[in-house]
Amino acid sequence: MKIKRGLLAISVGTLLGGAIYLPLRLQAASEPPSHFVPPPGAGGVVVGLCDGETSIEVPWLKPGQRMTNEQARAVSNSLMSKWRERHPNAEWQMAQAGPNQAMAPAQAAPVQGGVYERLTPREQKIADIETAKFIEEGKEIFHDPGKLGGTIGVSCDMCHPDAANTHPETYPKYQTQLQRVALLRDMINWCIENPVKGKPLSPDDPRLRALEAYIISQRNGAALAYGKH
Amino acid sequence: MTPHSFQLVEVANAAVDKKWAQTGEKGNPPFTFAYISDTHLYTKALNERFVRGALKAVEDVNALDPQPDFVLFGGDLAQLGRADEMRLGAEILKEVKAPIKIMVGEHDWFLDMGETWQELFGPPSYSFDWKGVHVVTLMSVYEKDFWTARHMSPDERMHTVAGLDNGIQSRFEVGDAGREWLKNDLSKVSTDTPILIFSHSPLYKYYRPWNFWTEDADQVQEILKPYKTVTVIHGHTHQMLSNRIGNISFHGMLSTAWPWPYAPEGLPKLTIEMDRADPFDQFDACGNGRFNVAEGGLVDAVYNLWDRNPVTITYRYLASNGSEGRPPDPKSLSY
Repeated sequence: MKIKRGLLAISVGTLLGGAIYLPLRLQAASEPPSHFVPPPGAGGVVVGLCDGETSIEVPWLKPGQRMTNEQARAVSNSLMSKWRERHPNAEWQMAQAGPNQAMAPAQAAPVQGGVYERLTPREQKIADIETAKFIEEGKEIFHDPGKLGGTIGVSCDMCHPDAANTHPETYPKYQTQLQRVALLRDMINWCIENPVKGKPLSPDDPRLRALEAYIISQRNGAALAYGKH
Repeated sequence: MTPHSFQLVEVANAAVDKKWAQTGEKGNPPFTFAYISDTHLYTKALNERFVRGALKAVEDVNALDPQPDFVLFGGDLAQLGRADEMRLGAEILKEVKAPIKIMVGEHDWFLDMGETWQELFGPPSYSFDWKGVHVVTLMSVYEKDFWTARHMSPDERMHTVAGLDNGIQSRFEVGDAGREWLKNDLSKVSTDTPILIFSHSPLYKYYRPWNFWTEDADQVQEILKPYKTVTVIHGHTHQMLSNRIGNISFHGMLSTAWPWPYAPEGLPKLTIEMDRADPFDQFDACGNGRFNVAEGGLVDAVYNLWDRNPVTITYRYLASNGSEGRPPDPKSLSY
């Protein structure tokens, strides 16, 4: 459910913020859902089961302290016993994925795959717009020596119109000229450093992320073929 | 690496073979001309990379022995149409020993609509006769006005035209006036006279989104149709490119600045692709070349790919629709 709240926040932000709402925020806002456990009552550590609702307190364990393997096994056995007491007729596998378990909505574990079927047309539209905007940002950088940080007037599109001949689907691959395995971002940075004569971008630089997005978008539908030369 | 492999080329047997040589007029002495194309020069202070390419090509053509009758410059001397870029280009081309025949490209034109280029080099369309062949340099990169309605500055207009994949600019065209000029020029020569046309854009339709294209190509081809032997030699596409439409053979020229990948569709089937470029080698898939003109104006194209073996596309190969004299296929295709 937390994912849903994240998307809702984005949709409001998009409506209000318009063009200044950067796609990067999408990444930050949609954190993966997490479990909530009650605070410790006896000064120990509360340990939660991955169903998202069962928990027990280990009173002798202090925060930051490590359990031995045996102790950890004993704690997980206790957790499972508690779960079985509450669900005498259920199978554990079912409990992990089954929709019939009574779970408080706020604490529910994510139902794998379900989130996409539950997208409303409005959420789908937001997803499309935000993705397109991210790709468009990459396209601008791809075509602009200044935004790339280049120093000799060279931009990516001069050799790669429509990102042709970048084949993002072939990474990772052992790049013989570099004598190591390269990812697409390594090759982008190689080009930025060499023909473009700029400084390589850090892996989390929004420009590098946007460039990757644009390049991959231009090869939509190409079969993955990592390692291909 | 054989940087001077150009000289080692066995001159593409100018007289191809008897059968094909006999298809043209007899009695014209064979001749050779070389080319340098698409140097895309920035000023030296900004970018030395492209200057290096241009100088390398000049060195190559000057090393040819025997020297070519003339050297064709295929257009896009400058990158952004600036006077200092073109002056640098003119200075570099001055070092060429053989006479230069120069052609304009869109990168030379759209900053000041050809003002500086024409000051330096004269009118963009002209013709001359050479050893029995009628040679026409045709300005083919006019574009319909896309800038006024968008309130673009000359600089913005130039940057737009300089990009290949922006979709904003218009398609290249010879235009009504240009086609009239061509008709008039050709009316003075007999249809038996071999015709050689130099144009910056390919005078056919290859791939519209990148302007590997001339919008009125069909009409231009119609003008060339009555002539027995016609060869069009063009720049702009930065790749080995061959085509044959009716009586017309087409050859694309290499760039000294950077190679372009083949377009995703529309590639003429007679094209022998060059190997995929190695980005780690500045000169790979770049180069220059020469044309050997045999009796009757039958032209063989020699691609002098730097750091690779040269490739010859013979008249015989094109005129036989690929059934004879096919050069070896590339080892690694673009994808």
